[in-house]
Amino acid sequence: MKVRVKFKKYGAMRFIGHLDVMRYFQKAMIRADIPIAFSEGFSPHQIMSFANPLGIGVTSEGEYFDIELQREISSKNAVKQLNDVMVEGMEVVSFRQIAEEKKKTGMAIVAGADYLSSLKQGTFPKDWKEKASTFMNQEQILIVKKTKRSEKEVNIKPMIYKFEVRDERIYMQVATGSVENLKPGLVMQAFCQYLHMDEEATSFANHRLDLYANAEVDGNRELVTLESLGSEIE
Amino acid sequence: MRKLALSDDILMTVEKPARYIGNEVNSVMKNSKEVDIRFAFAFPEQYEIGMSHLGIKILYDMFNRREDVWCERVFSPWVDLHKIMKEQNLALFALESQDPIRDFDFIGITIQFEMCYTNILQILDLGQVPLHATDRSIEDPFVIGGGPCTYNPEPLADFFDIFYIGEGETVYDELFDKYKIWKKSGKSRREFLEIAAGIEGLYVPQFYDVSYHEDGTIADFRPNNEHAQPTIKKQVVMDVTHAVYPEKPVVPFIKAVQDRVVLEIQRGCIRGCRFCQAGMIYRPTRERNVEKLKEYARNMIRNTGYEEISLSSLSSSDYSQLEELVNFLIDEFQDQSVNISLPSLRIDSFSLDVMSKVQDVRKSSVTFAPEAGSQRMRDVINKGLTEEDIIGGAGKAFDGGWTRVKLYFMLGLPTETEEDMKEIARLSDRVARRYYEIPKEERNGKCQIVASSSFFIPKPFTPLQWATMFTPEEYIRRAYIVKHEFLEQLNRKSLKYNWHEADVTMLEGAFARGDRRLCKTLEEAYRLGCLFDSWSDHYDHEKWMTAFENTGADLDFYTIRPRALDEKFPWDFIDIGVTKDFLKREWKNAMNAKVTANCREKCSGCGAGTFEGGVCIESKSKI
Ligand code: SF4
Repeated sequence: MKVRVKFKKYGAMRFIGHLDVMRYFQKAMIRADIPIAFSEGFSPHQIMSFANPLGIGVTSEGEYFDIELQREISSKNAVKQLNDVMVEGMEVVSFRQIAEEKKKTGMAIVAGADYLSSLKQGTFPKDWKEKASTFMNQEQILIVKKTKRSEKEVNIKPMIYKFEVRDERIYMQVATGSVENLKPGLVMQAFCQYLHMDEEATSFANHRLDLYANAEVDGNRELVTLESLGSEIE
Repeated sequence: MRKLALSDDILMTVEKPARYIGNEVNSVMKNSKEVDIRFAFAFPEQYEIGMSHLGIKILYDMFNRREDVWCERVFSPWVDLHKIMKEQNLALFALESQDPIRDFDFIGITIQFEMCYTNILQILDLGQVPLHATDRSIEDPFVIGGGPCTYNPEPLADFFDIFYIGEGETVYDELFDKYKIWKKSGKSRREFLEIAAGIEGLYVPQFYDVSYHEDGTIADFRPNNEHAQPTIKKQVVMDVTHAVYPEKPVVPFIKAVQDRVVLEIQRGCIRGCRFCQAGMIYRPTRERNVEKLKEYARNMIRNTGYEEISLSSLSSSDYSQLEELVNFLIDEFQDQSVNISLPSLRIDSFSLDVMSKVQDVRKSSVTFAPEAGSQRMRDVINKGLTEEDIIGGAGKAFDGGWTRVKLYFMLGLPTETEEDMKEIARLSDRVARRYYEIPKEERNGKCQIVASSSFFIPKPFTPLQWATMFTPEEYIRRAYIVKHEFLEQLNRKSLKYNWHEADVTMLEGAFARGDRRLCKTLEEAYRLGCLFDSWSDHYDHEKWMTAFENTGADLDFYTIRPRALDEKFPWDFIDIGVTKDFLKREWKNAMNAKVTANCREKCSGCGAGTFEGGVCIESKSKI
């Protein structure tokens, strides 16, 4: 049986990197007595795959991984057993059965993510809210992407699906996954440039809200949360 | 939620921020206002190394069982953070509460190896605690040292208020109880140190005066305070089975060097290798009950979620219930896919059988530590491993499908001749020959024999504590003799030889047998920027040599000077049970290449019998 686990990561846990989060949950499975399945071979390992990694320093209330179970366990019990062994800053939200075929449900289907970005350091100009509403009206949003070998200018506008002010923060929905992947920091960098702010003196706290799959209808993008693809185990 | 001591900006710039945030599974949180004693337990090395250490886990668990004590952990900030903390004048903090350690009641520092000494000063310096014990005020914590290096605490004497000599499980409770009374009494710092000096096993270095002969050796070492004892008795737990054991150890987020459940099956070693300090200071050998160990194994896997379990002891094969324990572990855990690792096993049919069950034969190697190439040399160091053991064991391993063998040696041992050195290469070749005796069709290609040598460093409380070290040039010369001999061997293409650096060996040797005059040198080295000396890319030999020069200390005095049999050593005031007479006897046996039986074959009356337990009573009851 395949299961999708959704969890939150916040507080000091934002400094724990992706690989260490994986190791953390491998151990948590044993502590929580979750009947997880193992691979075959001389050194068997837990069958577990994680969705798109979260950058260090970013908090989230919508992180996911899929596991394979040896036998059934109810969603309610699993969530409780896992939360009993969590540390502060890690919380399991749901534990849901998903379809067996990988193509439809596996982590490769991740297509989008949304974030809240709040100013941590520096000050916005007075008109930042108006500017936020015109940010997406630009023809192109160019940003210099640095890789180890080269620097190149890319237009990130097609990868930004939504960009707006919510309370005193920026809400954005962006392309995420193995095909196209845009990090919230890069969007905020572009926004800073648009506002003519000093990037060096500005920093943002980014918070991921959820991860989405594309349930395309007639070629139109239709994002649904990864959680919604699973169902509760009674 | 806890507020982290370091800002986000800092945590985002340093390598592995997880080293500094605490919050790990099983870390202990308490309310600082509800405890009487705050204890910062420091391991003066990188987090990943410190978190691998069993001793800190035992004491962390034991202290936190007391409601009135909150013990937290501290590790050396890595060089990147060190720089930032110095620049921004940030105070070193404990991981759990993230509070500055200068506000704690105690800073306990475990001292595992000599090359971490500058890191001890780093902990105090970043902790914003005066480096010198005599400069500390009533506001400052008491700095207490423990661990194997405290069997010669003298090169650190200036920096510690108290040294705890021996195993931590015995007198900490007494110290804490007396501390609470003292704290309420409003008495002076000195008065507390006098109380501590009255507790068995605790050494307060400032209560002793040392005078020296003209040749630099110690003339006299005696207390200058009536509360201080002339000799300090090492602490031992005789009933290891009922001693506390950390069944819920802290599980790091990042990968520690030892990232697994550790079962300490016994303490001490019956063997009596003459170079080995652990083999002497942990006498007598005491075994943990096997049923208890099984219970610990189950609980610890459940409490941590680790997928690997490892046995810990000096010589696991000597544990009398080994077969039962190992079979239990295999039966119980193999289908839960928990790996089992068995270090320090003698290679024989039993261990090979076990190893073939728990590891992939093709990928793993078998390890021998003959320590010396020739039988004569092995007799000098009393390493009871014969050539037949090695060739026979390796042969069985080859027959069982293994093709890789690791061999560990020491160079620069007392009485070592060129022949002895060359035997390292020849023995390695004989192991390879044994492999090629297997018909070609039946073997798996080539074998790979990797021999490594380190340079021998004489340690206090060993029979070889009188040995003379050599100059770095001489060490390198010896390594080259071995290297050239390897090139002469028939199977040279299947052999590999590595050796350790010589410079750092000198320094380790100096501090191992140093006296309190080296405190100045150590402080100067730290001031010059020495830190993380056990990391070859951070070790700065030139700075160290400048420190020796600036403080007028003579490295040769501590290393290559011959020591007379009746010399007063800086560590002679410590009573480890094993007597100096026994060590002298053993030194003479070494010089005559005469072997001494192990504790189970025949008691040699080393003196540890005074503890009336462990192997001492076991062996006597057999006679
Ligand atoms: S007294 Fe005898 S049995 Fe006990 S540790 Fe010493 S040599 Fe071994």
